[in-house]
Amino acid sequence: MASKASAGSVTRADLADAVHREIGLSRTESAQLVEAVLDRICDALIAGSNVKISSFGSFVLRNKGLRVGRNPKTGVEVPIEPRTVLTFRPSQLLREAINRG
Amino acid sequence: MIRSELVAIVAEQNPHLTVRDVEAIVTTIFDEIADALAEGRRVELRGFGAFSTRAREARTGRNPRTGTAVEVDAKRVPYFKPGKELREKLNA
Repeated sequence: MASKASAGSVTRADLADAVHREIGLSRTESAQLVEAVLDRICDALIAGSNVKISSFGSFVLRNKGLRVGRNPKTGVEVPIEPRTVLTFRPSQLLREAINRG
Repeated sequence: MIRSELVAIVAEQNPHLTVRDVEAIVTTIFDEIADALAEGRRVELRGFGAFSTRAREARTGRNPRTGTAVEVDAKRVPYFKPGKELREKLNA
């Protein structure tokens, strides 16, 4: 994993490539499984449940109430409707991994 | 939903794979994301969201129990910004 090019973002294709290398599934199937994992996480969140991936972190839904916002350019008040926002709470392990070395 | 439930659902939809295989796949995916972040790279998954790290400056904190001042070193913290598609679906 140290031979990775440092430029650019990591994408689905890189995750699929990692699955292909580590697990030995075909590239096509590896890509499908990366997609399936992300889709099932989305499904759970859309259905209203939090998702906890141990040793990585939790995806937590929070309900925001109605509040009055302001268009910063014009100063006009606009109501911001109640909505659900998604936050990520990294695990202690992930926090530590990022600050190691 | 917790990790094992995620593994169970994906395994159920892929009967040719064992639960152990799917466990290894899920581990590989999240390890890869964590490794990228540790290297200072950004992980961008369109429609889902983007993982990155943000710098936090050193500060003087306090032990909440004793009130003693403690120096907290500068660090990087993981950050996730949900993708537009997911944000919209959460409010559909």
